[in-house]
Amino acid sequence: MTAESNIQLDRRSADGDAVLEVENLTVEFPTEDGVVQAVRGVSYRLAPGEAMGIVGESGSGKSVTSMAVMGLLPKTAKITGSVRFRGEELLGRSENGFAEIRGKKIAMIFQDPLTSLNPVYTVGRQIAEAILAHNDVSKKVANDRAVELLATVGIPFPEQRVNNYPHEMSGGMRQRVVIAIAMANDPDVIIADEPTTALDVTVQAQVLEALEAARAATGAALVLITHDLGVIAGHADRICVMYAGKLVEKGTVDEVFYEPRMPYTLGLLGSLPRLDEAGRERLTPIVGSPPSLMHLPPGCPFTPRCPLAQPICEEREPDLYGTDQPGHVAACHFHERLVGVTPGQLFRPTSADTGSVAPANLETQQ
Amino acid sequence: MTAPNVAEPAVSTDRQPVLAVHDLVKHFPVRSRGLVRRRVGDVHAVCGLSFDLFENETLGLVGESGCGKTTTGRLLLNLIPATSGEVVYGGRNLVELSPGQMRPLRRDLQIVFQDPFASLDPRMTVNEIVAEPLRIHGLLGSGKQARDKVRELLRMVGLNPEHGNRYPHEFSGGQRQRIGIARALALRPKALVLDEPVSALDVSIQAGVINLLDDLQHELGLSYLFISHDLSVVRHIADRVAVMYLGKIVELADKEELFTRAAHPYTQALISAIPLPDPRKERSRQRITLTGDVPSPVSPPSGCRFRTRCPKFADVLSEDERQKCVNEEPALIDRGQGHASACHYAEAMKLV
Repeated sequence: MTAESNIQLDRRSADGDAVLEVENLTVEFPTEDGVVQAVRGVSYRLAPGEAMGIVGESGSGKSVTSMAVMGLLPKTAKITGSVRFRGEELLGRSENGFAEIRGKKIAMIFQDPLTSLNPVYTVGRQIAEAILAHNDVSKKVANDRAVELLATVGIPFPEQRVNNYPHEMSGGMRQRVVIAIAMANDPDVIIADEPTTALDVTVQAQVLEALEAARAATGAALVLITHDLGVIAGHADRICVMYAGKLVEKGTVDEVFYEPRMPYTLGLLGSLPRLDEAGRERLTPIVGSPPSLMHLPPGCPFTPRCPLAQPICEEREPDLYGTDQPGHVAACHFHERLVGVTPGQLFRPTSADTGSVAPANLETQQ
Repeated sequence: MTAPNVAEPAVSTDRQPVLAVHDLVKHFPVRSRGLVRRRVGDVHAVCGLSFDLFENETLGLVGESGCGKTTTGRLLLNLIPATSGEVVYGGRNLVELSPGQMRPLRRDLQIVFQDPFASLDPRMTVNEIVAEPLRIHGLLGSGKQARDKVRELLRMVGLNPEHGNRYPHEFSGGQRQRIGIARALALRPKALVLDEPVSALDVSIQAGVINLLDDLQHELGLSYLFISHDLSVVRHIADRVAVMYLGKIVELADKEELFTRAAHPYTQALISAIPLPDPRKERSRQRITLTGDVPSPVSPPSGCRFRTRCPKFADVLSEDERQKCVNEEPALIDRGQGHASACHYAEAMKLV
């Protein structure tokens, strides 16, 4: 009975309800040395009001994916697949076609607020600009709305602050201004690309609070891109793990954090020093580095770093296989062997950077 | 500032400090624009720090950007001249030494920088980079002996010695940081200042470097001053932790003590602001959010420097109690929590 209703729920969100659907998205950059395959077939669905985290290390393609969604990649990039906003195809639109969507339906928050704000205009004018671009209102109305928005994101004395230039504000405040701009037109989707990476922790907490306030006020769905698993744990419902341009694991935060089924996810969790755990247990790093996206060998790109690697891993790249939970998928041929396995059983607490990966013998340890 | 009665944790009383810091102060002048460039004020970067770094221990120095933790690290090695105060190493006050007198001591005191992309000369091979400190101090030797020394250092930091002829750009960030560590270890130092050594690295790479630092400390008996803004890393690697705010240490304690019984409101806010990679814990956590920003170090607030952002000052204390925060600077002493904290109204709290 429960299984049935689960399936129904799943189908409903799969059919009409998704605000953003990305299907088999690939992005390639031709260079002099060859083609860089930055994104290799990413698919996800975003339900209204949902918060989805995308996590991955530098160069895994998490930013490029969202730049492609927003149509912000340079013309040289070859993009295939499909990106649909409420059923409407976005890929292949003209610049004007994208301008209708950007800011109004899908808004984006970038990592560095100093480069995403214009230094020669007041923050109030920049917020008003976003409002005036999509609404036929007077400047006075736009300005009042700007003050309102600054108050929503928690900036004290918004009436005065609205006349400040970006350099007169601190990093955390600037990022809150960027959030105010993103929510100005009541978008359906907010994409936040490493919104707090450049900030101190106490300021990060303030900015994340402002982001939650923006979501509450607009009811927007959120795509939160970050390398910080802690931020995802507290602010996302579902999580996608990216490695070498592909999604390698997808599920709710609880499924992925407590029952990871892809060795890379386990490796990430085992590499994290924990604030909430005493003792000096050794961390279990993932030996080696991510592959170059230029000449990817066939097979699973994680093979050279994976303790579970078998000959089949070098031959065939695994699809996203379903696990025992609906909606929880993992790209590993041996995901079934990872049930109940901890990072410490799979990876060794090594300090070396070279040398071969020791194959894990899960049977004897279990 | 007078804080001679800093309560050191019991475990370290019988040990000798490698480095002893007393009342260290560093002010950077702020000059006016134009031709004359009059001195119009001072940035109070480091204001009266006192702490000891013991043998074979890791002291974590944490704080947010601009709190003076990097300046402290450089002052310790006399890389920038201190305004006043003492850094005692081997019975000598480093602050008073000339660069020439300092040079032989630099064998014992080394630093690893944050950015492995900026701290290695791109035009030198890895072998040359690691051999340079040995050559400068006349310890390299020649021929095979020199080569062996360099190979041994590369092996020690977990790199393949065969790769010694490569240039830094051929390595990943984690590998470059290992090269920086090999260079710092070349002269067999006693103490290392690690200035955010893993902050620029991805987590899976960071873990390997943290394990490496751990191993090296055990093998070589090193003392680390581990400067970081990441409390999770500090909890993993440090033995004791000093928390800095606006140029001052606000709390100093054994690691477990600090993370389970934080007494200063700033430490509490800092610990509670760090997101945990654990969805269930994260949902049930209560946060102490700070308002406002760090005040300018050019004119720090009177009395307690944290009072302008302190949640306790704003919400809990009565008007009379607040007067003490405004007028009287809290000393870094034990107020009954078992470790030193610089808050008049310190109260231990468990947050994780």
